[in-house]
Amino acid sequence: MATTDIDRLIQLLAKLPGLGPRSARRAVLHLIKNKEALMIPLSRALDLAAENIRTCAVCGNLDVVDPCPICADPRRDGSVICVVEEVADLWAMERTAAFRGRYHVLGGVLSPLDGVGPEDLNIDGLVARAGQDEVKEVILATAATVDGQTTAHYVSDRLGDCGVKISALAHGIPVGGELDYLDDGTLSAALKARRSI
Amino acid sequence: MNWTDEGIVLSARKHGEHSVIVNLLTAEHGRHAGLVRGGAGKRAQGLYQAGNGVRATWRARLEDHLGNYTCELTRAVAAEWLDDPLRLAGLSAACAVAEAALPEREPHPGLYRRLIAFIDGLGDADWLEAYVRWERDLLTDMGFGLDLSACAATGALEELAYVSPRSGRAVSLSGGADYRDKLFALPAFLLDDPAAAASNESGTAIADGLRLTGHFLEQYAFGHHRSGVPPARTRLVARVKAMHTAHTISGG
Repeated sequence: MATTDIDRLIQLLAKLPGLGPRSARRAVLHLIKNKEALMIPLSRALDLAAENIRTCAVCGNLDVVDPCPICADPRRDGSVICVVEEVADLWAMERTAAFRGRYHVLGGVLSPLDGVGPEDLNIDGLVARAGQDEVKEVILATAATVDGQTTAHYVSDRLGDCGVKISALAHGIPVGGELDYLDDGTLSAALKARRSI
Repeated sequence: MNWTDEGIVLSARKHGEHSVIVNLLTAEHGRHAGLVRGGAGKRAQGLYQAGNGVRATWRARLEDHLGNYTCELTRAVAAEWLDDPLRLAGLSAACAVAEAALPEREPHPGLYRRLIAFIDGLGDADWLEAYVRWERDLLTDMGFGLDLSACAATGALEELAYVSPRSGRAVSLSGGADYRDKLFALPAFLLDDPAAAASNESGTAIADGLRLTGHFLEQYAFGHHRSGVPPARTRLVARVKAMHTAHTISGG
C-alpha cells in the first residue's frame, strides 16, 4: 500500500462524524494491523452496503429492501404514522419498542438558515399517505426546537384537509430528571403540559 | 477583547460537528455573532433557540475576529411558545427580520428594548399589532421611518387612511381618494393618535400593517439581500392570512 493510499484512507475516515484526523490515523493503523480480521470484512461490508442499501419509497427509512420491513410488516398498525425528522430518530423510536405503527421520515426540518424549505422535505409523500382511508392518526415527533416545532405546525397545516387526528409528542421532564437540574424552558413546558393524576 | 452584555438569540447556525455560530441582538453591542464551542451538543441546544434571552460574554484576540461566546440563559422564551403556531411564527419572524435587516456590530439599544417588550407581550391579545409596530420601529431605527404625522397631499392631521408606497408618508381619506388602489391602507394602531385615523378601519388591519411594513422592509432592508424577505416572515404573513380567511368563513 503506497503512502498516498494510507493518506487517502485517513482523509476519508476523518470526514466521518466524531472522527478527526488524529482519531482517523489511529483507526487506519488499527485496520492495517488487523487486515484479515477487520479491514477486509469492513471493506466488503461497505461494498455491500453501498450496493444494497436504499431509501424506502413509502416512508423514507433506509434498508436493503424497498419497501422497508416496517412498511411491509402486516402486524404493524397501519392506522398510525409517526413523523420523524431523520432515520436516526426512527431508529431511536424503534429501540423503545413502544410504538407499533408506521413511520414517515421528513428528511430534516424547515431551516431558513440552511436553506431548507418545504419543497426540500418529504411532506407531499406524507400528505398522500395520510389521505388513505387506513390512516387515522399522525403523530408529529419532531424536535422540541423552534425549527422542529415550526416544521410540525407546517406539517399539521398541510394535513388539515386529510381528516386524520394529528398529535405531537409531549415536552417535559425526562425519566430520571431532577427539577433542580432542568433548564427553565423544559420546566415551563412541563408545567404547561401538566396532567391530572 | 472581552465584554459581557444582555442579548436575545436571533439564530444559531451549526459550525462543524460540535459548535454553533450564534447571532445575538445585544443591548449595547447591536447584532453580534460569535462562536460557541460545544453549542451543538444536546445540553446546549435548548439555550440557543431564537427568542431566548441570554447573558453573553464575548472574547476575541482582536476586535474584528468572530470571537467566542459563553452564554447563560436568562429567559427561556422559545419553549413557552413552541405549542402556539402563530406566536411561534411571530417570534421566529421578529428574530429573522432583526437578523436580516440590522447591520452587524451597530448598537441599537432602543430596538433591543422594543424587541424585549414585544417578546414580553407575546401573551397579550394585541401582540400582532405590537409586531407590526416593532417592524415600523425597526424601519425608523434604520433610517427609513414612515412619516405618519400628516397627509402628504393636503397637510391634514386627521382622517389619515393611506400610506404612499414611494415616500412612506401618510395620506388622508380625501387626499388619497383618487389613488386609493395605488396606496397602502394605514391601520389605526400604527398611529400615535388613533383618533387621527379614518374610520374605515377593516378587519384586515393586521394584514394591512404587515403589507405596509413588508413593502418598505423589502425595498430598503432586504432589497440588497440575495435571499430577500426571511422565510419566517413569509410564513407569519401566510398564517395571518389563513387566520383571517378562517375568521371570515366562520362569520366572526
